[in-house]
Amino acid sequence: MRWLADPVLEVEHLTMRFGGLVAVGDLSFQAGRREITAIIGPNGAGKTTVFNCITGFYKPTEGMMTLRQEDGSEYLLERLPGHRIAWKARVARTFQNIRLFSGMTVLENLLVAQHNPLMIASGFTFLGVLGIGGYAEAERSAVAKATHWLEKINLIDRADDPAGDLPYGAQRRLEIARAMCTDPILLCLDEPAAGLNPRESTELNRLLLSIREEHGTSILLIEHDMSVVMEISDHVVVLDYGTKISDGTPQEVRNDQRVVAAYLGVEDEEVAVVEAEVGV
Amino acid sequence: MDGQHAATLPASVAGRTTAVRGRVDLGAALKQAGLAALIAFGLSVPILAFRTDQGPANELILRPRWGLVALVCALVFATRLFVHAFASHRRTRPARPQALATDPSQLSTVQRIGKLGLPAFLGIALTFPIIVYFTQGGLSESRYWVDLGILILTYVMLGWGLNIVVGLAGLLDLGYVAFYAVGAYAYALLATTYGLSFWICLPVAGILAAFWGVLLGFPVLRLRGDYLAIVTLAFGEIIRLVLINWVDLTNGGAGISSIPRVTFFGIPFNSDEGGFASLFGLQFHPMHRIIFLYYLILVLALITNFVTMRLRRLPVGRAWEALREDEIACRSLGINTVNTKLTAFAIGAMFGGFAGSFFAVRQGFVSPESFNFLESAIILAIVVLGGMGSQFGVAIAAVALIGGPELLRNLDFLKRIFGEGFDPAEYRLLLFGLGMVAMMVWRPRGLIAQREPSVVLKESKGISAALVKEGHG
Repeated sequence: MRWLADPVLEVEHLTMRFGGLVAVGDLSFQAGRREITAIIGPNGAGKTTVFNCITGFYKPTEGMMTLRQEDGSEYLLERLPGHRIAWKARVARTFQNIRLFSGMTVLENLLVAQHNPLMIASGFTFLGVLGIGGYAEAERSAVAKATHWLEKINLIDRADDPAGDLPYGAQRRLEIARAMCTDPILLCLDEPAAGLNPRESTELNRLLLSIREEHGTSILLIEHDMSVVMEISDHVVVLDYGTKISDGTPQEVRNDQRVVAAYLGVEDEEVAVVEAEVGV
Repeated sequence: MDGQHAATLPASVAGRTTAVRGRVDLGAALKQAGLAALIAFGLSVPILAFRTDQGPANELILRPRWGLVALVCALVFATRLFVHAFASHRRTRPARPQALATDPSQLSTVQRIGKLGLPAFLGIALTFPIIVYFTQGGLSESRYWVDLGILILTYVMLGWGLNIVVGLAGLLDLGYVAFYAVGAYAYALLATTYGLSFWICLPVAGILAAFWGVLLGFPVLRLRGDYLAIVTLAFGEIIRLVLINWVDLTNGGAGISSIPRVTFFGIPFNSDEGGFASLFGLQFHPMHRIIFLYYLILVLALITNFVTMRLRRLPVGRAWEALREDEIACRSLGINTVNTKLTAFAIGAMFGGFAGSFFAVRQGFVSPESFNFLESAIILAIVVLGGMGSQFGVAIAAVALIGGPELLRNLDFLKRIFGEGFDPAEYRLLLFGLGMVAMMVWRPRGLIAQREPSVVLKESKGISAALVKEGHG
């Protein structure tokens, strides 16, 4: 239960309503520092809604989300506008349907991710246009950082190709690398293994583990692929109909009857009990 | 690519009779051609079938011209049949290799054009007044051409300015002429009221236009696509209507006249003792001022180009293009999308303002008439035709769209073909439209549709237009 001792993200009583629909209802969980936390649940359980709340794309109806930096400073994510969550609180994300800048090269994608530090280096454009200041140096180091990530995700040979030309698996990896170029302390991955073949899926596991080990980044991921979830995550949170039904280590969650019921339904002999409960 | 295409054309035409006959589906071809002829018939009946003439007793008589209608229909029928045969022939040929971008030994289209076309273009632009002087044989005779050059360069500059907003940031702005107007009126009012010189007013006009760009940007940035286009269009019209109706300030529809002329950095272009001509020991000629204006707009346009090229390689330029590609991803990477869009609006507007104050100093007269929606449409057409985001494409498109129609006025040899009564200038809008249709068929993403990467690790590869998004707002 390390995630309770030193949580990087603490979600408390998060509720998100769309009109009459309660997408997420009174959800509380913690994500541990330098841990991989998986959020799983059947389709429509509200996982992506939670992500959108954390990364500022939705303003939650109720609740509090606290992000704790290593130095102890805290950010209340529900109060920050989306771009400041990424820049100040250092939360990066990927998307379920890949959102790369397809008409820009792979390298350009990674440089766009370093927009804010480069913007400061270019004197908010004023110095950069005139060619004074340390912009050229800053760009070189940004390219070096991008190169580091391209080598890591094995795309260095395609650095000058448009991102839209890459095969699907490579696009997924590139999106993760792009998010990592913002130097996040919390990386939110929305179904990173969707559409990957088993080999690519294994590569992804290795990439995510190395991100955690080498960069000290905490990872929050939504995933349906149980081979990914069970192998690499330290902590699993299970959602169903917008509420948390289980929370624990992969082993604990795997053996939780409520989780099994949510995923597979209930056994025949229990149907009568359930029906009595609902009053049919 | 086009040269290759042209080279294969005669061969395919020659081969049509032998190779194609077996493959063409004659029934389908006849059906299509018949349909086209029917449409042509429907269109030509109300336009061509009857001609109204004045009879001997001043009454109106209808003269039927069914022969002409039949001719048009037959022509359409034959053309459609030919196009069908040609198209089916092309389909059977092996597809041309599309691997331009992936083959490292070959340069991309943009790079090839850039290698040859760019220096040529720049060279012609720099020496244009001299070339015209020698070909026309005198300063006074070259007036028309230098004026035309100034006009084209003004539109090149406007196109480059709008290219920042539309081509790079992907924000469809139909009211760009508003900033042109702000710049023009800023100079006109400051110069006539306070007697400030052009060189002081030029930056002020740019800053004012940028300010108005931000002012417009704030409320409309939450809009996207068509809605943004409509609001910017309305903004353009509002500025024009304010200029017409705020008579105290702008003198309304009568405009502002006797705006001070441009000086050679303080030295006036006149025949006086301290004028430009006497100072440089030249014979006074009114063309000196015009040629100076030409080089002034050339420098202004080149500055616009230089700054834009530079911005593309700076984080702000990359953020503009990223915004055009995917706004949501931009937000997730910590880019402040509102500020980024505002800078695009402001910088685009600033160049519009520079061009506007140049317009005012050149004309010596501004009125709201000069800033109607058609101007916005032409500038936008230049950007779209040139290839959104392509600097060189925009320049070519400006030459074609502004210079082309003017050129038609001078096609006197057509009179020898079509008879003395034929005036090519009357047909220029028709040809202009035809050219636009041809563009949309063959180069739907503009003359230079390839995108050049802003940063390169090993080698620069052009990015095909199919991958580059047009932006959504």
